[in-house]
Amino acid sequence: MTAVETRLVTKRLHDRPEDSWTIDGAIASGAYASLKQALTMTPEAIGQEEVKASGLRGRGGAGFPAATKWSFLAPDSYPRYLVVNGDEGEPSTFKDRMLIERDPHQLIEGIAIAAFSVGCHLAFVYLRGEFALGYERVMQAVRDAHEHGFLGKDIQGSGFDLDIVVHRGAGAYICGEESALIESLEGERGMPRIKPPFPAVEGLYAKPTVVNNVETLSTLPHIIAMGGEKYAEYGVNRSTGTRLFSVSGHVKKPGNYEVELGITFRDLIYSPELGGGIRDDRPVKFMIPGGASSQWLTGSDEHLDAPLDMDYVQQTFGVMLGSGAVMVYDDTTDPTLVAWRLAKFFAHESCGKCTPCREGAGWIEKVLYRISHGQGRPGDLDLLFSVGNSISPGVTNAPFTQTTICPLGPSVVSSVASLHRYFKDEVTAMCEPGHRSIPVTAGEPA
Amino acid sequence: MSFDASNLARAHEIVAQYPRPKSAILPLAHLAQDQDGWLSPEAMREIAELVGVTPAEVNGTCSFYTMFKRRPCGKYVVSVCTNVTCLVLGGPEILEHLEERYAGDGDVTVEEVECLAACGNAPSMQVNYEFHEHLNPEVAAAIVDDYKSGVLTARGVSGGRK
Repeated sequence: MTAVETRLVTKRLHDRPEDSWTIDGAIASGAYASLKQALTMTPEAIGQEEVKASGLRGRGGAGFPAATKWSFLAPDSYPRYLVVNGDEGEPSTFKDRMLIERDPHQLIEGIAIAAFSVGCHLAFVYLRGEFALGYERVMQAVRDAHEHGFLGKDIQGSGFDLDIVVHRGAGAYICGEESALIESLEGERGMPRIKPPFPAVEGLYAKPTVVNNVETLSTLPHIIAMGGEKYAEYGVNRSTGTRLFSVSGHVKKPGNYEVELGITFRDLIYSPELGGGIRDDRPVKFMIPGGASSQWLTGSDEHLDAPLDMDYVQQTFGVMLGSGAVMVYDDTTDPTLVAWRLAKFFAHESCGKCTPCREGAGWIEKVLYRISHGQGRPGDLDLLFSVGNSISPGVTNAPFTQTTICPLGPSVVSSVASLHRYFKDEVTAMCEPGHRSIPVTAGEPA
Repeated sequence: MSFDASNLARAHEIVAQYPRPKSAILPLAHLAQDQDGWLSPEAMREIAELVGVTPAEVNGTCSFYTMFKRRPCGKYVVSVCTNVTCLVLGGPEILEHLEERYAGDGDVTVEEVECLAACGNAPSMQVNYEFHEHLNPEVAAAIVDDYKSGVLTARGVSGGRK
């Protein structure tokens, strides 16, 4: 059977490409009906019944159950804040940008539902600074939602008040980490905080704070509309529902695909309705699921036939579905070059707070640079392991062990562990004297 | 350069949105950069006054963020992605081509940036934060030339003067 998209969160933007982001287009396709319904329910019934029953897990990367996250909010402590993480920066993840630009009202509706459920009256949307169009569209959507009585005082006569402040970041990947995002929102350098206390207890302005991803919140209107139990019928095991996967690299049809969790990597990459296969029908050499922070998978049948199930892939292969990115590389690709570019990224984006990450990422980048540029030395792989071990003890467990405050440091070790696991011979050969790197083939744009 | 009258009014509105004024540092820095094309020491001093902190604190915050240009730059900021999807689809070649072509052109600042969340149509770049996707070196250069000749109009958001 051909795997196809299951469009819930992306339905409107596909159905109404001409005006999905406008208030008229959104309302004509059902926006805010779920908010009206939610406002007739009790806050507890939304969070601890419907959202809990849906099994919805965070779509930003960590995959933490949304209802549980909300339940951690310090009781009877007000004001409390909802912060929307729209600082999408995980390499090869581009789903939130699509939701922000093309369906901002769905996001606002989700924010309002979540805010009503947790008892918050001021929400912050932290958008990645580079999303200029997204910023304009969300700002316009907030103004229009106010005019139509979906934000502001006494929303739809319910007595519930909510305002939204849209805040632009300014080019720092680390601000996608929730405590760094909060620091940034407070006007500070975006450096992660030591936890505990967790944001649910002491977050923004030291008040209880929930930080949710754009896709997570955009899913809420659909959970309210169909009911949590019905939503949980989609998906597999504890990975319920649909998710957006950002498929990129050497596939014939890169793009965002919303699919039911539980289909396989092969479905996602090869289905004619989805990735469409690999350019020139070449084999998959390796793929990076979950964004740059995850360890890699290869083109083996074992990996291609693995289900998109957050727990299964972590327990079986030590990788993450993370942010929903799937980067696919064909057999022309030099894995050390990709690993070097990822290390360069992490070295650049390390906030500098923790020594192992600040120093280690830079050294890993230097060593990977020389390997990938034909200057590898014997013993370089061991050296990478030695540095990696100081950031993520055990190395092969990266990014799930860490000596740092946040997971950025261990993320740089993920590709080192993956090179060792799958390409040890190739990398070792590249560390022999006189070896020249395989040049990267720049593909023709599809 | 200090905020003009309408931006100063907007700045006060922005500060008032937040429970604590210091939160307004990033949005005010964006506002200043939109107006001036860069974030000058004078602008940071004015922001400090508006939010009630020292200029050093504003500089301390702003220097963390790569989007804030603390030196004057060209009218058009061309941000080329070379991260891992663009890497294997021709991003570095675009960067190299544009850097050579516009070397010495004061109107154009070419910079290498990290993943822009436009990998579905890689390789990608932004010009003054407007996305351009599905590129090769020649197409990318033609787009920049279109901005220079006025065929395309730059978005008035951070990084380039209106």
